[in-house]
Amino acid sequence: MALDIFQEKGVPLDRQVFTWKDLVRRPYSKLDDDAFTRVCVIYMNGILSDALRTKHAMSRMNRELREQLAIIRRVEQFEQTLINWLNPPDQTPLETTLGFEQVAIEVTASVALREPDPYLAQTYRFGLLEDFDHLYRYGALYDRLEGKDPNNITQSYTDILVGRPTSVEHRYPVDDLRRPYDRRTAHPLTKIHAMSITAAENQTHDYYMTVGPFFSDPVARQLYAEIAAIEEQHTSMYESLLDPDETLLERCVLHEAMQVYNFYSCLAYEKNPRIKEIWQRFLDYELGQLHHVIQLFQKAEGRDAAEILPKTLPEPIGFKEHREFVRKTLNEEEDLTSIGTDYVRLAEVPRDHRSFVYRDQLNSDGSPSETVAAGYQWIPGTELAARAARMGSVYEGKKVH
Amino acid sequence: MKKTTSDIGMNRTGIATSPIDSADITQAALARQPSHLGDESLILKVRQQYALESEGVGSVPPPVSLKGVAKTAVDMLKGSKPTVFIDKLGERAAFERTGVRLYQGALGKLEALGSWEGGPTREGLERILNDELSHFGLVTEALTKLGADPTAVTPSADVVAVASMGIPAVVSDPRMNLRDTLSALLVAELTDNACWEMLIELARGVGHDTLADRFQLALDAEAQHLSMVRGWLSSGVTLEARAAPMPQAEATRPAPLV
Repeated sequence: MALDIFQEKGVPLDRQVFTWKDLVRRPYSKLDDDAFTRVCVIYMNGILSDALRTKHAMSRMNRELREQLAIIRRVEQFEQTLINWLNPPDQTPLETTLGFEQVAIEVTASVALREPDPYLAQTYRFGLLEDFDHLYRYGALYDRLEGKDPNNITQSYTDILVGRPTSVEHRYPVDDLRRPYDRRTAHPLTKIHAMSITAAENQTHDYYMTVGPFFSDPVARQLYAEIAAIEEQHTSMYESLLDPDETLLERCVLHEAMQVYNFYSCLAYEKNPRIKEIWQRFLDYELGQLHHVIQLFQKAEGRDAAEILPKTLPEPIGFKEHREFVRKTLNEEEDLTSIGTDYVRLAEVPRDHRSFVYRDQLNSDGSPSETVAAGYQWIPGTELAARAARMGSVYEGKKVH
Repeated sequence: MKKTTSDIGMNRTGIATSPIDSADITQAALARQPSHLGDESLILKVRQQYALESEGVGSVPPPVSLKGVAKTAVDMLKGSKPTVFIDKLGERAAFERTGVRLYQGALGKLEALGSWEGGPTREGLERILNDELSHFGLVTEALTKLGADPTAVTPSADVVAVASMGIPAVVSDPRMNLRDTLSALLVAELTDNACWEMLIELARGVGHDTLADRFQLALDAEAQHLSMVRGWLSSGVTLEARAAPMPQAEATRPAPLV
């Protein structure tokens, strides 16, 4: 049943409390839990990280809101902690990276399919094909650095294929900017989508910037540097979809509603009761925060929150595979690029265009994403499984050493 | 490109680097009392609490073939637990597969840096690499014949991957030379030998004698790997120290501890 966000008041802010033991729980299982449990954890960590980031930016530029923002932000800090600490310690940074890319593919695909504004839907499909390629590059790195199978993480939900090659994704800064939705006319779901994907991509960027230096292999270090640069482009791209004329409190209300929607989506998907209970708790917390912010908004601006919020929440995000949609998009839109805010076919762009000059400069000492995946085709059990199979059966008389 | 490991330089990590400051901070550290009584056992208490609530890292997947399902059912009726053997085979498969990547890395360093007298040769490293690949193939084939999924990460495979996380990190670090890389490979080979021995014992214990015979050939090869890696490393260290080569040291054999 659709959630009525005006009727459901959630848990009041002053009852949203934690202990250290409560924050640091038993993580999900890398081996036994469904890949989409990991997807939800990584995604919601990104959503909460953006809640903090957005409110910090607002606090730095607004005197009146500081106290209220500090109070809400502290709860969100703990929500983010509890969620992020669900990632298990046997999941290496590279494995978590594969999870980040699966988020970027499957969540963005779900959003692209439901987005009511065709220009924003096009933007999600555009970004999706680039993140789709990142999974393939990191998959090759995982196989070739450690001899491990990236599909152990993605669990056969997501293709591991070349997308729009990372090496051609580098664009001049202004060619990553997009036209924003209009706050007065945009569908609420459009606003929720834009904020959600911006949050997810921004966290992906921050994660790669944090873990990149932990790698010892120079190609791995280069690859993280390269893909972090694309995530910075994507953050610029998606955040430019947001209408900069929204007031701070209007954005704050929408952001809380976006968080409510995303917890509601995770709750609808989750099968693991231990994790489901967390999504239910935080859905209730976020409803409490939403109503708190609605009061601030209505008092300060004299406007009814119903002007900017939907009465009931849209259908939850589809935490499921979207292979057919992704393959179709790849088939039809691989060769797109952007000039300013417009999408064009690569072949139509003059060779001396600023984005080509920019890209060629970056790649002029070699391309990490091409180096790592030279000749790489994913196969179950790693490319070494194929190589071992070519050696023939060791049972049938071939010596084992 | 630096081929040596143990040169004198500006290492600042020790207390003797700053005698005045170090005396001052030592005095300050002793003068201020801790905020809580006790010792490091408190950390263990919390760890114990979490351990009691934990359900482990994961499970062994169910068999994928009808034959595997039937075999598992029969074994369980007989009172044995066939998943232990599958789990340990999964561990060996993963370790051998990673081993191939490790020796590729060592070969890369050999190509860039060259070797030393008594050090690794291209042929020697390639031979070990091919052995690792064929051992991976052997275990994969064993898993398939037992009706298990050889692509699954079993709990023991996961544990061993965590335990040996630093080995690929050393091999792929360009600041760490071929000798450093051999130190990491020595850790891998020591573990590998002991684990093959235990796998053979387990195979015989659960009645897989034909497999155990195959695994014995792999263990024989692994014993050679260990001896080769240890020899290469030892000669590299001895050479850099300009020490006279000495007979191999061995532990004296005391009475077993009870």
